[in-house]
Amino acid sequence: MTKQRGSTAFWIGAVAFLLAVLLATQLIGNEYPFFAGYVILQFIVLSVAWSILGGYAGYVNFGTSAFFGVGVYTAVFLVKATGAPLAVQIGVAAIVGALLGFAVGLLTLRMQGIFFSIATIALTIVIETSVTNWRYLGGAAGIQLQRPQVLPPFHSYVQMLFFVQALLVVLAVAIARYIQGSWIGRGLQALKDDELAAECTGVPTLRLKLLACVISGALMCAAGAPAAMYLQYADPGSAFNLNYSVSVLAMALIGGTAHWAGPVIGAVLLGVTQQLLAVTISSEVNVLVLGIMLVLFVVGAPEGLIGLIARLRPKRAEIGA
Amino acid sequence: MFSLDLLLDAVVIGVLLGCFYAAVSIGLSVSFGLLDVPHVAHPAFLVMASYAVFFLNDRYDIDPLLAGLLITPLLFVFGLVAYRLYYETFERRGSDAAVRGIAFFFGVAFIIEVLIILQFGVDQRSVTASYIGQSFRIGDMRIPFRLLVAFAVATALTILLALYLSRTFMGRAIRAVAQDEEAVRLMGANPVRIKQWAFGIATAVLGIAGALLIIVAPVDPTLDRAYIGRTFCVVVMAGLGSMAGTLLAAIILGVAETIVLTLFGASWAPAISFAMLLGVLAVRPQGLFGR
Repeated sequence: MTKQRGSTAFWIGAVAFLLAVLLATQLIGNEYPFFAGYVILQFIVLSVAWSILGGYAGYVNFGTSAFFGVGVYTAVFLVKATGAPLAVQIGVAAIVGALLGFAVGLLTLRMQGIFFSIATIALTIVIETSVTNWRYLGGAAGIQLQRPQVLPPFHSYVQMLFFVQALLVVLAVAIARYIQGSWIGRGLQALKDDELAAECTGVPTLRLKLLACVISGALMCAAGAPAAMYLQYADPGSAFNLNYSVSVLAMALIGGTAHWAGPVIGAVLLGVTQQLLAVTISSEVNVLVLGIMLVLFVVGAPEGLIGLIARLRPKRAEIGA
Repeated sequence: MFSLDLLLDAVVIGVLLGCFYAAVSIGLSVSFGLLDVPHVAHPAFLVMASYAVFFLNDRYDIDPLLAGLLITPLLFVFGLVAYRLYYETFERRGSDAAVRGIAFFFGVAFIIEVLIILQFGVDQRSVTASYIGQSFRIGDMRIPFRLLVAFAVATALTILLALYLSRTFMGRAIRAVAQDEEAVRLMGANPVRIKQWAFGIATAVLGIAGALLIIVAPVDPTLDRAYIGRTFCVVVMAGLGSMAGTLLAAIILGVAETIVLTLFGASWAPAISFAMLLGVLAVRPQGLFGR
């Protein structure tokens, strides 16, 4: 009963969110709020996707930038080769991301803990270097892209991208929420606590890990694909920048990974802070604040904001459970 | 196009470069290889040491190697404090320590990177000394003198640390902790203090290593990212904690890098160490010379 009621409330909230976004694109003429907001939405998708593997399963993926960059360059390739529309770019990016996720999932067969994390950084640099050496995609100097005509009912391309990214947010959160409540989430939780014990009690750990990697990878690549059109430019150095990995890691951990709302809260909070800092001070201070907050939370509040809130209201949490 | 001469050239330079890689990785070989600390910030500490050397050289005109020696005690203390912090917040609390430890060190690495940018800017920095810029000729081969200096100092440093770990009382204690912490505790020794000391040593050698880094080539604040690949490649390939293995693995990496560089060009350089690291992790995670 409660689960169903929660579900209805969630979907009403999701539809209301999308309607509000749509309405805003129709009513607000200024492009800047969408330009800034797009980045925040993009980080919500990335950190929700990250925590499917990193939070539920406990595999710390430093390869967010690899998935993001592959998403960007899948879009670049499609635009250059076929002039494919945005929806196709995102769809194909999701498929490529799923395949890459599968490959990363196979890595978990042999490595855990820091070895897995290091391997994902290694993968990022190897892919980045390959793209850098791929002349067709512009090489190290990058590549300029021309935005096509915007589709109605939107007035500007940035507003359309904003709405598309909002759709991806809803999709990512819905998937994370479903996983959390289903046997998949419980299985991932079990293998996070003790992989061997989980395997022994009949949890299909390999299948679950592969599934988590595939879903997480597909979402991350899908979130990266529109960035090519957003910036109208792509270069390997920024598309594969490790800053994406550390930002997303920080957002998910600061929000808390035990619940799907954690990464959303973390991404909104840090995303807004970053936008403000980047405008008012500098992008270096921006990264500094991010790093300091990451360290402080990892040391002082390992459960993240979600954990802090739960600790402040222990009684209600018990009743809720 | 690819002649025997060129290959010989690449191998000689590769071996010299490899010994230098051993010097920058040997600290990680202790902290990660022996102590199991997920020290992703090791290359960031290294670059930080390079900037300290740059500062002393630029401001007071101190020889880079001497400057590296001067900052060694500071780094030692820094290492002691860093390990204590890590131990109190992660290792002692047990569960989940590895996952959060990685995130912690990753965050620390980024903080160091930004602080360097704020202090010194994003430009490349280099040091001046009489032996930088000259080169040494054997037949047709030209070997930069700075690489020879790095080679000599790096080899000495690596051998010294290996001797320290195998011959001295404290060194043996460190290896004992790595083998079986519980047994050390039962013998009445305090494993945490031994590990703290070891982490201090691992950080202290970064003084000389950082000096070599800036002698070999100019440094920039984000250079640590490339060295995540090189140092972890060397340490994992060596088999965690093997000192002789570290030297050999570093030479293999150095030779592989110079050969690929001569064959395919510099744009592939960043990927070599990371690709080798991936390969070793996937095929032989215990390393070539593993325990």
